[in-house]
Amino acid sequence: MALNAKTITNQELFYGHKACPGCGAALAIRLALKVLGERAIVVIPPNCMSTVGYIYPHMPVFVNSVIPPFAGTAAVMSGILAGAEAQGLKNYHVVGFAGDGGTADIGLQALSGMIDRNDRAIFICYDNEAYMNTGVQKSSLTPYGMKTTNTPAGKRIHGSQTSKKRMFEIVAAHGIPYAATASVGYPEDFLAKVEKAMNTDGTSYIHVMAPCPTGWGTESDVTVDIGKEAVDCGLWYLAEYEGGEFRLNRDPKEFSSAEAYLKAQSRFSALDENDFARVLQERDEAWARMRRDWKK
Amino acid sequence: MERPKADLSYVVEALPLGPAFETGQLHDVSSGMRTFRPVIDTEKCVKCLRCFLVCPDGAIDKSGETLEIDYDYCKGCGVCRRACKPGAISMVKEAEV
Repeated sequence: MALNAKTITNQELFYGHKACPGCGAALAIRLALKVLGERAIVVIPPNCMSTVGYIYPHMPVFVNSVIPPFAGTAAVMSGILAGAEAQGLKNYHVVGFAGDGGTADIGLQALSGMIDRNDRAIFICYDNEAYMNTGVQKSSLTPYGMKTTNTPAGKRIHGSQTSKKRMFEIVAAHGIPYAATASVGYPEDFLAKVEKAMNTDGTSYIHVMAPCPTGWGTESDVTVDIGKEAVDCGLWYLAEYEGGEFRLNRDPKEFSSAEAYLKAQSRFSALDENDFARVLQERDEAWARMRRDWKK
Repeated sequence: MERPKADLSYVVEALPLGPAFETGQLHDVSSGMRTFRPVIDTEKCVKCLRCFLVCPDGAIDKSGETLEIDYDYCKGCGVCRRACKPGAISMVKEAEV
């Protein structure tokens, strides 16, 4: 049965958290836990979600959960699996929710190790494109031109000078059983991918784009729309890696305006025509490569 | 409404100390973050449940005859209003409710 608003449970397992109004990451965790259910064991390293999710004695995560060291999300997940096996637990899912920094920078080696061991766990990276919890610093998943506190926009340099690391492909290069990219702008697609990850025998990885109104400089009500817009304008993509093959889930015939997407967010407010041209050129190169090499 | 309720009566001294704690208990509400309150016009609502799906706080309950908003935990972000195609949700300033 396809998962959608009508079929998913009304029960909330991430409820009462203190995230900013319109938080994309909180939405991603909420939806993922609806699919995984009460038998999920959640690992959230120090990031926004553990900050807003565990304010003693206020405990908005309604399943068993733990805050591991920043670098050790996947390592702790492996440890929980070993513990659960020793106790003879059945019918449970170990899931980790790390941000883009906790996945692509700080948590990368632990994640790599877990995929190498092929432990049966789900690693979900919610990508809001910077270290938002500490006040917007650049991570290796920050896109070109984004204004952060350590890549500030000046007269000559208008923000981050590097582009997003190809994290999804790095994970896929391990030969992982299942990996996918998603966006909170396409919630049904995300739900389906979480379900697929849940039923995968081995490690699975989902990279979900989660807009951050505070860090991106948007109104709190556009979170879902801008997450969809990112996909529609080609600056993010929905894809899966399964059985050694990449597959594009969505291959738009025509992109919507990437310039309009960038201009709607104050984090890109310093960009000029040359910057827009560079972003568009990188986008077109990436899509040419994906369309050539990946299944549709 | 099938939503957890906050227990505001706890005393700090009665809480256990240590690094581990019973999960899933609420001792505070989020309504103080709200400036605008979403109000559902049940006449216009077609129960497509889009608002329920995209609410970052899960504050919209779909268990009843009509959709209900838990104003203890709604932060008034307005994601539901933009997601509502029939235009059944309006944002009303708190002071004017």
